[in-house]
Amino acid sequence: MFSLLCTGVCNLLIANLLLVEFLHMGTHDLHPHVVDHRQELKHILLFGFCYEDVVYSLPLFSHSSILYPVLVHTQQLPYRKGLTNSARKIDMAIENEQPAVGLSKVAVSETHGEDSPYFAGWKAYDENPYDESSNQSGVIQMGLAENQVSFDLLEKYLEEHSEASSWGIGAPGFRENALFQDYHGLKSFRQAMANFMEQIRGGRAKFDPDRIVLTAGATAANELLTFILADPGDALLVPTPYYPGLDRDLRWRTGVKIVPIHCDSSNNFQVTPEALEAAYECAESMNLKVRGVLITNPSNPLGATIQRSVLEEILDFVTRKNIHLVSDEIYSGSTFSSSEFISIAEILEAHDYKNSERVHIVYSLSKDLGLPGFRVGTIYSYNDKVVTTARRMSSFTLISSQTQHLLACMLSNKEFTENYIKTNRESLRKRYEMIIKGLKNAGIECLKGNAGLFCWMNLSPLLEESTREGELALWKVILNEVRLNISPGSSCHCSEPGWFRVCFANMSEQTLEVALERIHKLMEQRKSKET
Amino acid sequence: MLSTKASCSSHGQDSSYFLGWQVYEKNPFDEVVNPTGIIQMGLAENQLSFDLVESWLRKNPDAMGLKKDGESVFRELALFQDYHGLPAFKNELVEYMAKIRGNKVKFEPKNLVLAAGATSANETLIFCLANPGDALLLPTPYYPAFDRDLKWRTGVEIVPVHCSSSNGFRVTRLALEEAYQRAQKLNLKVKGVLITNPSNPLGTTMTRDELNQLITFAIAKNIHVISDEVFSGTVFDFPGFISIIEAARDRNLESTDVWSRIHIVYSLSKDLGLPGFRVGMIYSKNETVISAATKMSSFGLVSSQTQYLLSNMLANKKFTSKYMKENQKRLKKRKEMLVSGLKKAGIECLKGNAGLFCWVDMRHLLSSNTFEAETELWKKILYEVGLNISPGASCHCTEPGWFRVCFANMSHETLQVAMQRIKDFAERSSCSGIGKSYQQNMSSFRRKLLTSNWVRKLSSSDRDEQER
Repeated sequence: MFSLLCTGVCNLLIANLLLVEFLHMGTHDLHPHVVDHRQELKHILLFGFCYEDVVYSLPLFSHSSILYPVLVHTQQLPYRKGLTNSARKIDMAIENEQPAVGLSKVAVSETHGEDSPYFAGWKAYDENPYDESSNQSGVIQMGLAENQVSFDLLEKYLEEHSEASSWGIGAPGFRENALFQDYHGLKSFRQAMANFMEQIRGGRAKFDPDRIVLTAGATAANELLTFILADPGDALLVPTPYYPGLDRDLRWRTGVKIVPIHCDSSNNFQVTPEALEAAYECAESMNLKVRGVLITNPSNPLGATIQRSVLEEILDFVTRKNIHLVSDEIYSGSTFSSSEFISIAEILEAHDYKNSERVHIVYSLSKDLGLPGFRVGTIYSYNDKVVTTARRMSSFTLISSQTQHLLACMLSNKEFTENYIKTNRESLRKRYEMIIKGLKNAGIECLKGNAGLFCWMNLSPLLEESTREGELALWKVILNEVRLNISPGSSCHCSEPGWFRVCFANMSEQTLEVALERIHKLMEQRKSKET
Repeated sequence: MLSTKASCSSHGQDSSYFLGWQVYEKNPFDEVVNPTGIIQMGLAENQLSFDLVESWLRKNPDAMGLKKDGESVFRELALFQDYHGLPAFKNELVEYMAKIRGNKVKFEPKNLVLAAGATSANETLIFCLANPGDALLLPTPYYPAFDRDLKWRTGVEIVPVHCSSSNGFRVTRLALEEAYQRAQKLNLKVKGVLITNPSNPLGTTMTRDELNQLITFAIAKNIHVISDEVFSGTVFDFPGFISIIEAARDRNLESTDVWSRIHIVYSLSKDLGLPGFRVGMIYSKNETVISAATKMSSFGLVSSQTQYLLSNMLANKKFTSKYMKENQKRLKKRKEMLVSGLKKAGIECLKGNAGLFCWVDMRHLLSSNTFEAETELWKKILYEVGLNISPGASCHCTEPGWFRVCFANMSHETLQVAMQRIKDFAERSSCSGIGKSYQQNMSSFRRKLLTSNWVRKLSSSDRDEQER
């Protein structure tokens, strides 16, 4: 989405006039650097009002009808209040020049989002990764939400059940498995998944294996659902802060837009009916058709489950607006205590599944089981047409039958799954308590969390200025001087600067100790600077 | 309530191609328990060389058990979701691809992007090369599922390049021009030509001349060429396989513009017979395409467990050499069996040297030179002869009467049964006059096939498709 920048009301008028002229220009008149996004420019006029963002100076060229549009992510705009001149210049980026060899708009767009700090930190880590023995001064990766705390349980299972990773002696099941590309998925695997999902929810919701559609990861599941629920140009409402990857997953190839539901620390970033309404109205004012709400529960990056009352309110909202609800429950097995997670499935069950055809659940084994490499995602929909269509579309993203076989064996083993779920929860909880305690000792507060592989840390007292720039400056210090890669809230579209997501389950306890020591040192240094 | 994509029929599953499958699913042939069932000849799978793979697996339990030299590599693999792919796997794949092309071309791992099957690779490539509403030219007949793979979510159109039996369905410059003009008239911007070489459903490799015509055309129109070479490992006879990259290189086009507009799609589903493992790939010299496609592959990564297993298998050069040689030998034998069986029934095939199927000429069995008659014949063969074969119309063939018949997805004995049935059918057809119906002449054995049991079993419930 584009944003046109001008100062003050006066220039806003001029800008609008130029805009109108620009919209009527022939394509051949456009400067070669300008990508023809004029359809989207129509939204500009309303854009500023919606976000109360106003406008900044933009040098107007003597070729007065040529403007250099700036590609700005919608959610970044809330930060634009009070930008300095230099910051404005930094932010102005000329759109990618259309390469000589015609590629698609999708291919050359930046919507994959990989130029954000979320990914830049990874680069710094890759260049100087911490290692307990060989590189103790390296960067510790705390920006990667992986679960490495329960691998021993998985390894033990594999040792004791070689039939899961082979196909039996002399590989008799191999042929059938190698040929199996039915997009319904291995029945035994779907059954095992349904059971596993039920177990995670303490049996408080039932899942029908025939409503499970398999995809290569939740990344694929989210994109697929978006293709099914929305047309290009439509919008999905997503509460902030949210997982940065959604910008790519929901928008890139689908052409669908995200309109944020702003949440803030005043109520622990919970979604409110007012925020839902405001987001919906914002979308309407931009002439965007809202097709649904997507929530992540437990939340990434907050590391907290959504309360029952909030889920009820969200369900009520989507019902009134007659739109869809996607509940990404990828962290459902990573709640520290089994009773604290309430799935949307439970809410539906309590309502006797009335109006449930608008609800769809996304799940994956990447977080709870720590198997992101195996690419196992699922869509569970209460809507028959969605199930059928999703199944057909899953042809583009099927799970390797070899992997389905392995996991069908593993997840059908009730003894294994019960023990795994319980132990994994316990291990995560311990890790969480360790990091919270360590941060508290350093004088840092976190949002009260009860799930996930990370905590939502509040470093706003440390900001030089309470802006996105201030946050990024602090993030750079933490990355380059303290040598910890953590995720700045702005990359998660948080509207309040100073929050950071810090992962704790993708490293050993020793490494976490080292990280906490470094943080402690940083805080000590800051304190002594002040006194 | 749902998107336009969800409500339209671009998934293509209402076509006859998939209807045949449904009927087959309800009454599948089995040598022992259901000898009167329908024989599936519409599924381009390669089941001829599994024993070779199985033997390798038996000797390499570590690769299956996620171990390396006895040590578990489970954790690293479980966490590995880098969209650049397992380096060892890509290294082996480029060597394997080169080997298939007689090592006449070399491939770089950095120009290879992995995807969950060629289905995913093709779609991803289209997302990179074309905008919604743009068009691709595809020579007919073509693989039915391209309608879904290339158009459904991308919003891109397919404009067919008409090929005819008058010259063995070869692609000509005239046909390409004519298709291009047609696209212009429809106000469609042509972004590229997509060929399948070796061809599905023809079972032939493209000649150097054809490839040159295509390249010249792509240069002239400044468009892309996508060469889907999924069947490149199934070439079993002369004149052998020439990849588009080889043809372009032989014309010294490496430092010209068109070199970055040539892209190859490949997969392990056909020659290695592993469609369930979802291993597809895109090869391109275009950095921007590689960069975008790599990011897009997040939506369809190959399971690291599978990448590990197959990188070990392909690393065994003795295995791959033996496999390639033996597999080609078996395919050739099987094809000859089908061709001679059909010949005995008075049915000719297009002369082919690759693929897992024959392109069969049944025009003489049509009651009229129409697609209605082709459908009629297809249904007869499905319900009365008990063979599920693919009608040319489902492949967008412009001439009625051609059928794709697969031969590598069944045992030798099953193929013999199929041959016998075809022979009987052809005899009956010629007895009662060409193309006329023949109910009265059926033996009591055949009458069983007509029992209402079958008719009752036929319901319209949804069933899956997916095959080449």
